[in-house]
Amino acid sequence: MKLYLGIDLGSTTTKAVVMDANQVILGKGITNSRSNYDTACAIAQNEAFIDTRFSLFRRQMSTGAVELGTGAVELGNLEAFLTGLEANFRLEQFLRQLRHLTEISMAEISKGRVDQALRTPLRDKLEQLFEEIAVEALEWFRPGAAKRSDFFRDLAGNAYMRGAEALAEPDGVTYDMLVNVYDKCIIRVENTLLDLSLEGNMGKALDRSFGDGGRDGLSEEAEAEIRSAADQVLDISLEVLNAVGTGYGRARLPFPKERIRSEILCHGLGAHTMFPGTATVLDIGGQDTKAIQVDPEGIVTSFQMNDRCAAGCGRYLGYIADELNMGVQELGPLAMQANKSVRINSTCTVFAGAELRERLNNGERREDILQGLHRAIILRAMSLLARSGGIEDEFTFTGGVANNEAAVHALSTLVEENYGKRKLNISANSIYTGAVGAALFALRNVAG
Amino acid sequence: MSAQVTRIKPEADQPLPGNEVQKERSMVLQKEMIASHYKALAASAETGCKVVYTFVPGNLNELIGSFDNLLPVHPEINALQNAMRKRTGKMVLEAEKLGHSEDVCAYVKADIGMARSGNIGPSGTRIPDPHLLLLSYTGCFTFLKWFELLREEYNAPVAMLHTPYQGDGIVTDSMRAYMVRQIKEEVIPKLEKVSGRKFDIDKLREMLARSRQAEDDLVAVLESAKNVPSPIDAYFGAVYYIGPIFSAFRGTEAAVEYYRELRKEVEARLAAGQGPVTPEGEMGPERYRLVVEGPPNWTSFRDFWKMFYDEGAVVVASSYAKVGGLYDQGFRHDPEHPLESLADYCFGCYTNLNLPSRVALLSKYVREYQADGFLINSIKSCNSFSAGQLLILREVEQRTGIAGGFVESDLVDPRYFSGANIKTRMESYFQMIEQKRKGAA
Amino acid sequence: MKKNKALEKIQQRCQALYEDLNLATVRAWKAEAPGRKAIGFMPVYIPREILHAAGILPVGLMGADIEIIRGDAYFQSYICHIPRSTIEMAVNGSLDALDGVIFPSICDVIRNLSGMWKMMFPDKYSKYLDLPQNFTPGLAGEYYIAELRTLAADMERLSGHRITDDALRESIRLYNRNRELVLELYDLRAEKPWQVRTVELYLLLRAGNLLPVEEHNAMLEAYREAIEGEERQALDNSRIVLTGAFCEQPPLGLIHTIERSGCYIVDDDFVLGSRFLTAPIPEEGDPVANIAQTFLDHAMETPFVYIAEKEKGEALVRQCRRRRGEGVIFSAASFCDPALLDQPMVSAAVEREGIPYTEFKYAENTGQFQVIKEQTGTFSDSIKLWGNE
Repeated sequence: MKLYLGIDLGSTTTKAVVMDANQVILGKGITNSRSNYDTACAIAQNEAFIDTRFSLFRRQMSTGAVELGTGAVELGNLEAFLTGLEANFRLEQFLRQLRHLTEISMAEISKGRVDQALRTPLRDKLEQLFEEIAVEALEWFRPGAAKRSDFFRDLAGNAYMRGAEALAEPDGVTYDMLVNVYDKCIIRVENTLLDLSLEGNMGKALDRSFGDGGRDGLSEEAEAEIRSAADQVLDISLEVLNAVGTGYGRARLPFPKERIRSEILCHGLGAHTMFPGTATVLDIGGQDTKAIQVDPEGIVTSFQMNDRCAAGCGRYLGYIADELNMGVQELGPLAMQANKSVRINSTCTVFAGAELRERLNNGERREDILQGLHRAIILRAMSLLARSGGIEDEFTFTGGVANNEAAVHALSTLVEENYGKRKLNISANSIYTGAVGAALFALRNVAG
Repeated sequence: MSAQVTRIKPEADQPLPGNEVQKERSMVLQKEMIASHYKALAASAETGCKVVYTFVPGNLNELIGSFDNLLPVHPEINALQNAMRKRTGKMVLEAEKLGHSEDVCAYVKADIGMARSGNIGPSGTRIPDPHLLLLSYTGCFTFLKWFELLREEYNAPVAMLHTPYQGDGIVTDSMRAYMVRQIKEEVIPKLEKVSGRKFDIDKLREMLARSRQAEDDLVAVLESAKNVPSPIDAYFGAVYYIGPIFSAFRGTEAAVEYYRELRKEVEARLAAGQGPVTPEGEMGPERYRLVVEGPPNWTSFRDFWKMFYDEGAVVVASSYAKVGGLYDQGFRHDPEHPLESLADYCFGCYTNLNLPSRVALLSKYVREYQADGFLINSIKSCNSFSAGQLLILREVEQRTGIAGGFVESDLVDPRYFSGANIKTRMESYFQMIEQKRKGAA
Repeated sequence: MKKNKALEKIQQRCQALYEDLNLATVRAWKAEAPGRKAIGFMPVYIPREILHAAGILPVGLMGADIEIIRGDAYFQSYICHIPRSTIEMAVNGSLDALDGVIFPSICDVIRNLSGMWKMMFPDKYSKYLDLPQNFTPGLAGEYYIAELRTLAADMERLSGHRITDDALRESIRLYNRNRELVLELYDLRAEKPWQVRTVELYLLLRAGNLLPVEEHNAMLEAYREAIEGEERQALDNSRIVLTGAFCEQPPLGLIHTIERSGCYIVDDDFVLGSRFLTAPIPEEGDPVANIAQTFLDHAMETPFVYIAEKEKGEALVRQCRRRRGEGVIFSAASFCDPALLDQPMVSAAVEREGIPYTEFKYAENTGQFQVIKEQTGTFSDSIKLWGNE
């Protein structure tokens, strides 16, 4: 099968997108960029290919390419089964990484500067800790479980710290000792290319799905056919005809120059791919804000970026959250409870804290201040949009801040007041916008 | 003044390929001119020459030169030359330590910083203190403050020349009369006093006639960029081409010779179908033709230039190459009307034009030089250029139908050159032009 | 304490005028008679007499502490704030009552704003008034007179009224009176700073931006009278001179903050245009020539005027002595080139005289005063301690 790959090497996350010749997105993969771009790139690609095979699996089964035999299930049930299967697959991947973490943690104890006397109790504690995590993980990957981070570091880390707190003894194996081991080992796990492939883990995932009465009313015949369909999908050869890279670390990609595209061009084209009616794109990321105009083909006709100062970018919200002792994702919902909007003049990260404290001292409510803050951020973005040529219909909003309801609210209000009604597009997958654009560039460059 | 410039003879006994010899020659000439000027400044105490500080836009070089014993110093040029040698970061900090704000012009701060650390100029020799500050207040308000500061620094007298701004896009008779009067009644008497010699209008006429000659050749060089491909870069490359005529050499025999040589070289490049020369040698094929508004960044001059030539981008016209005079729009120094033509020269400097005139000029450049891009390098230090540039961008886009690009940097403050940010914008901009072409094709 | 109704009325009127960003006052004035025109002007100084003599209302524009929605799209982050709010108000229709704007030569930002105006509002009158910078006697007079005559001709064309010499002399007389009244209040405040509060005085000056000069003169006189009947208590504050605020105006909160932190402001350079000429314009003779000559001979020493052959800061030191100031607060607008480039020279002069000083930057939309309050409060305390020794 002929495929096109787009990679967006961002400063915090690396994304990969796989697209087929009909511009259908088959797979997406994401990982944190870490200090090692090469590994991040490889992992994101692997993930995107796994996702691709799941898509193909889904496509093959739902189009009826696989006969489900006598015990054939209805399509709805099949969907539930596949969701469960994917969850089991992710669980297998997680456990594979957890095993690796266990191994190197044990090795670390042996060679580390750990007191001889404490080595055995530390080893025991760790074994217990990892076992508990493995049990807990079963919950996380159960279908219908609450959405969690996609990153091993986050999942394992949280559970590890909780466990370490519970198991630590002030006079023996202390909390700090346990944390120390984790900190030393987690980066190494992240930087090791483990076999997390579909080929290596699908069998176990299928076993898990069909075991424990998880067959969900599927007959043995159906199981056999599903297993064979899985084999067929695994046998499809995935051939990347062209790949294009973009993002902050794009220069690190082992691609020739003509296969590297600027973030702005990829962003414009990506937004166009996700919402073909897009004329104007606003992207507010952690470090920068971009206002982009695209033509009906998704080609950028004009763009503006913030200057060297990161005022009004996502980072600013991070400072505000720190100042208020809140999580950054809690800011939006709180701001939505405002009765009024307090005018905030400085979106400068340096002054943010001082202005916030002064407003609080003056007796303003947190909700009202936060609404003002979100408005201030959006006002800066409005300036960039105006500089780039205004806001045309349709208008697509991407980047981390697009997930913040208060920002979206401020944006839609201001857009309507200043430009009239515009269709506002926001995708749950907006983090992949740049990679999608890169994939389409890869496709177009071959086709053109 | 002209007599002190050593003339360099071509070394005919070194047989090198034609073009390279010619390229070498104009560059060697210029290098030597500049070196001899700094040398003359360093020796001024012994030779008895007096030193006149003055600014590039609206400089009255012929008038200063006509006295034969006055040497000009241009503080902006010291600052930018120091910046290209990566020395200004410290100087700016030095001035900020003295209480100068982070917000204000870095040229001024680099100059103050230099003065406070021995006044060692870019050539490594000491720049003598001024005997006179000739404050040609042309196109930049900061000039006023700058020389107020230097007056405090050196306790030197100031000759004021207030060039009225072309607010309505015209020069009136009363504006011109005001200028002539200031030159006659303020500038010349103060120059005479410092020089100890009488003003000689015939000497001034001779110099103006030489200016005119050099100006003809400069225009031919700048306009060679109308050819496709262009044999020159009219922004980064032009920085070198405008050097002599915007500074201490206009009206000298050396400048006449330099521009004659330069023109010959450029015409030869044109005939050979060659593109511009870059610090890394011959540029690859011309892929983008740009008009650029705003001064260059000096602290990362080569890095910035590289972002252009690596992509095959040639600047075919720039407003910066007009800060010391709009010769390409027809102005010439005129020996028949010496003082009036000095006045008209000042009026016509690019930053003395109002915004509508600037937009008209830039749009004209886009059309006449067949540009496919228009880029603004917005300089933090320079409000004279920068205030209103976002409107200029929009207006030029509307009038020419091409999309403009916008980057921000500074003159000589290295803290304000964000290489990664600018590179992203430049790459995006070039790729955008390329994609548009593909779409149109 | 019995209520001072007259004072209260003036205070309310001033506050209302300060808040009249949509120029309702100007609209109302124009509606009183057909064909009336109003022309705005940016800080700092223009010869309002010439507009007045043509029957035109000069309207002082000083930016505003408003939310900027469109204005930021025109200016990079390193440019001061007043052009943003000015463009904002122009684009959102707040300035529609104006038939044009005059931009005096104060700095490159305001200069370029004049050209932006020409492009953005081509149907309105827009004029860059290049005030002379060469103060050597005899050099700039003819040029400036010609500039003023051009301006007068423009005003005649715009208003349809010829400016007679007599009308212009009458306008000069009214504005001389206005400057005189303002100076009297400045003197009175220096004498009894507890009596004439700076915020009050400031708002009175701001009222002069919108009111016809006749009305403003009456208001100043009425205030003078009303304040005399007021009993206000003197506090143990230090006496400071505030300088640097000459174009972009600070928010009211900033002035309050300085006063509340223990400082009596005994001189300032708010709304400088109201007293830019430090001597009256002669009321006899050629009025245009008189306006020109008074500017050349008696322009106030501010950062936007070239100071020839005199020591920088001398004027501020003199002013500080005259007003018995015990210290100087430099408060320049962020990114204001003239003020910030001036400051090291002027503060050095102040220091040479042994006058203590402190400095900070502000913007017209500064929203935080706590740090400033601490700074000026400490400054005031240190003056008092130092003074008592």
